[in-house]
Amino acid sequence: MTIAEVGRPRLRKEDAHLITGRSRYTDNMTLPGMLHLAMVRSPFAHAKITSIDTSAAKSSPGVVAVLTGADVAAEQGSLPNVWPVTTEQKAPAFPSIAVDEVAFAGEVVACIVARSAAAARDAVELVDVSYDELPVVLDLEEAFTDKVLAHSNLDSNLSATWVFDSGEAGTGKPIAEALANAEVLIERTFYQQRLIPAFMEPRSIVVDPTSEQITMWSSTQIPHILRLILALTLGLPESKLRVIAPDVGGGFGGKLTVIPEEFITLMAARRVGKPCKYTETRSESLQSGHHGRAQVQKVKLAATKDGIVTGLDIQLLADMGAYLGIIGSGIPILGAFMYNAIYKFPAYRLECSNVFTNKAWTGAYRGAGRPEATFAIERLMDELAVDLGMDPLELRKKNWINHEEFPFTTVTGLEYDSGNYEAATAKALELFGYDELRAEQARRREANDPVQLGIGISTFTEMCGLAPSRVLGALSYAAGGWEHAQVRVLPTGNIEVVTGTSPHGQGHETAWSQLVADKLGVPFENVEVLHGDTQISQRGLDTYGSRSLAVGGMAVLAAADKVIEKAKVLAAHMMEASEEDIEFTDGKFSVKGTDQSTAFGEVAFAAFSAHNLPDGFEPNLDSDATFDPQSFSFPHGTHLAAMEVDTETGQVTIRKYVCVDDVGVVVNPLIVEGQVHGGLAQGIAQALYEEAVHDDAGTLVTGSFVDYLVPSAPDLPHFTTARTETPSTTNQLGAKGVGEAGTIASTPAIVNGVLDAVRHLGVKDIKMPCTPARVWAALEEAKTTGGVQ
Amino acid sequence: MASSKTITVEVDDVSYTDDVEPRLLLVQYLRERLGKTGTLIGCDTTNCGACTVHLDGVSVKSCTMFAVQADGHSVTTIEGLARDGKLAPLQQAFHQCHALQCGFCTPGMIMQSASLLTENPHPTEQEIRDGLEGNLCRCTGYQNIVAAVQAAADGTVSSDGTVSSDSTVSADSDETETAGVA
Repeated sequence: MTIAEVGRPRLRKEDAHLITGRSRYTDNMTLPGMLHLAMVRSPFAHAKITSIDTSAAKSSPGVVAVLTGADVAAEQGSLPNVWPVTTEQKAPAFPSIAVDEVAFAGEVVACIVARSAAAARDAVELVDVSYDELPVVLDLEEAFTDKVLAHSNLDSNLSATWVFDSGEAGTGKPIAEALANAEVLIERTFYQQRLIPAFMEPRSIVVDPTSEQITMWSSTQIPHILRLILALTLGLPESKLRVIAPDVGGGFGGKLTVIPEEFITLMAARRVGKPCKYTETRSESLQSGHHGRAQVQKVKLAATKDGIVTGLDIQLLADMGAYLGIIGSGIPILGAFMYNAIYKFPAYRLECSNVFTNKAWTGAYRGAGRPEATFAIERLMDELAVDLGMDPLELRKKNWINHEEFPFTTVTGLEYDSGNYEAATAKALELFGYDELRAEQARRREANDPVQLGIGISTFTEMCGLAPSRVLGALSYAAGGWEHAQVRVLPTGNIEVVTGTSPHGQGHETAWSQLVADKLGVPFENVEVLHGDTQISQRGLDTYGSRSLAVGGMAVLAAADKVIEKAKVLAAHMMEASEEDIEFTDGKFSVKGTDQSTAFGEVAFAAFSAHNLPDGFEPNLDSDATFDPQSFSFPHGTHLAAMEVDTETGQVTIRKYVCVDDVGVVVNPLIVEGQVHGGLAQGIAQALYEEAVHDDAGTLVTGSFVDYLVPSAPDLPHFTTARTETPSTTNQLGAKGVGEAGTIASTPAIVNGVLDAVRHLGVKDIKMPCTPARVWAALEEAKTTGGVQ
Repeated sequence: MASSKTITVEVDDVSYTDDVEPRLLLVQYLRERLGKTGTLIGCDTTNCGACTVHLDGVSVKSCTMFAVQADGHSVTTIEGLARDGKLAPLQQAFHQCHALQCGFCTPGMIMQSASLLTENPHPTEQEIRDGLEGNLCRCTGYQNIVAAVQAAADGTVSSDGTVSSDSTVSADSDETETAGVA
């Protein structure tokens, strides 16, 4: 028996070229005759464009062309939104180059095409744009009042209102009854600050218009979706476009988008007939790449006096920014099914209003709706525990789904297939030393220690494996959620796996090799994984939503299963046996009850040579498969944070962070752990460090890494990670998904911990990010309002 | 366009003489003129460290230097770190410790780590974290990067310096606390 590949911490195939500088990021590319683009961007958050004079720029050295919105008005169309959450959803036109009006600072108003990037940037300064400034609306709650309009041609800032009501849906009781009969009612408002995905590789695009298919290289998570949208928006035949995502330096949802610059580079390259490249600066990336989160959550939790939650009501405002990105409208809806989390709430209602402001548009950012939901409910559970004087873990236990109750249909109608919250929590408590830390916390409070200790808890779940196509259809999303794969069997028995999920750091080449090596019994080294090029990978729906393994991986396995089924027929023919008697194990086909066998490679070569095939047997063993999940998968876990708060300075330090995640069956524990670490870093960053801040005019103040505080190594602790393994029952491997888990779980754990440290001093809430200034101010306010006991 | 200046720079053991604009950044010279695209640009403001190279053996951020300032100096990039087909211990350590995901910060992170270990061959975990403060990574949460630097310092990476994708690490985290820097 060979060693199973699934579950083995294989070192990554992807690393060799990345650690030696032989990387293939888009900006590394140079093509013959290539020209360079630079964008002229609006300095105003809302203004009419009254005139644009490009004459000086056009005569600047090295400049080949200047494009304005008026120049491309006939062809550029409008960037689409593919997720109309209601039939009445309103959205302004979203031209890639603004024509009459700009609605956020950073919007493109013209594009320079020049012989060098430096010449293009020099000419940006020479484009003379006249604006008439319009009033700006930046605050989400103010925008909801419609006192100032983000777009002069829309009569309201409200894009859509989407409602889920368990009473109306028939999935639970009416919320009104639960609120009216509540013995305890907790009401809070939580602010999800605007975040920036801040992938390390700035977005870059190269377009070669000289080939038979116009080829675009783009630093994108979604080459397949991008090709389709480019074709539909610009009216080009899809068959005349090829999109390649080469090495992509991180995405985190920030590259789950189509961007104006992709359309502009394509239009420019077609006009000048030469390859064109555009690479954004970091400031452009922070200013005009899409942002994430940006929600206000007004929440009510009804419960009995003994801590049984009876209902949850959410009034959600979601900041769309100035435009609807491809899925920006749907991000809050992804969270809408997760507010009830791991709990058995009987009644639930959510009303979400999508609202326009004069800021960059919003879209997916790691977790996409689910971190916001998880934060709200995990903060609320702590608030209820405080109100009732209960231990926050005991309160959670009273309300969560016990492991013997799975499968469990929740109040939103989702069926959770599996889980074991007790096991994950027990393990986390053991690793954390919960009782000892509680004792220390009591001692420090007693001693009035200037550095107080708090314990933050987050018991989370998320829905992964996006997504069953019929569910997406029911939610009015334009596309499906399936994934495609092909397993090509080469004459030598080597394997090429083509996957429609295109990775940008997740290690698919390694993990998919493990899957196929196990399935076909071929060496790990003999499997090559191909992806990210629409000419090689014809079909795919790309990488986001922790879907790659749970959906894309299942397509790979299904394609490999088809290879085996086909090869069995040939193996039976070769060994003159009946198909029913053929067994396949460890890369060998054998005849039951005999010592007769033939290796996979021999069958592969026989299928290639085709000299002696059974009647009707098509040469070669290549197979492809499309997997459409029937349900989601539901990773879960328990995260515990010990937080130290210096009450004299407001400084917050993570003393200890323990997480136990249950992501189902694991293909590569090394990769899974890496995903957890990175996810934790981003969730912690929301809790403590990051926020997109604008001035009163709508200019992004945090427009470089000097001010937008992506944490560095000394800002983060050593994490203690562990796993429990409750297999998913919704796919053949039992995998659930891990890409977003750490981000979803960690934010509430950290904030709950900070509050637990200072709650006895009268602090009831601190807005994120919990910077020293905010923590200190909250402590001072508590003193003046008599919070100190 | 300002008048150009002739510079001679040794990059990864090869001497180059070129006419450059005075405003040309070292990183642009490396990438655009020499094709050394292993060195990457992440932020333009000296915060992210993706462009870190060695100038006469000391780490510098090549987006914060003009090419003309490198005249007469020796530059080592990520592409010049492996010797005679053998990976440098840090490159091997990054691979073995799964210290990279998307790989974009990796060249700068490795170059900075090398400089850090030259200055302090046996750093503590905190010293490693502090020494990498000027290099941002968005994927890894830094834990495995810190472990890689520690492994390189401890000499616990495989001695042949080859990247072998069939090797496995002993630090299987399954059901256990993760291995890391003590």
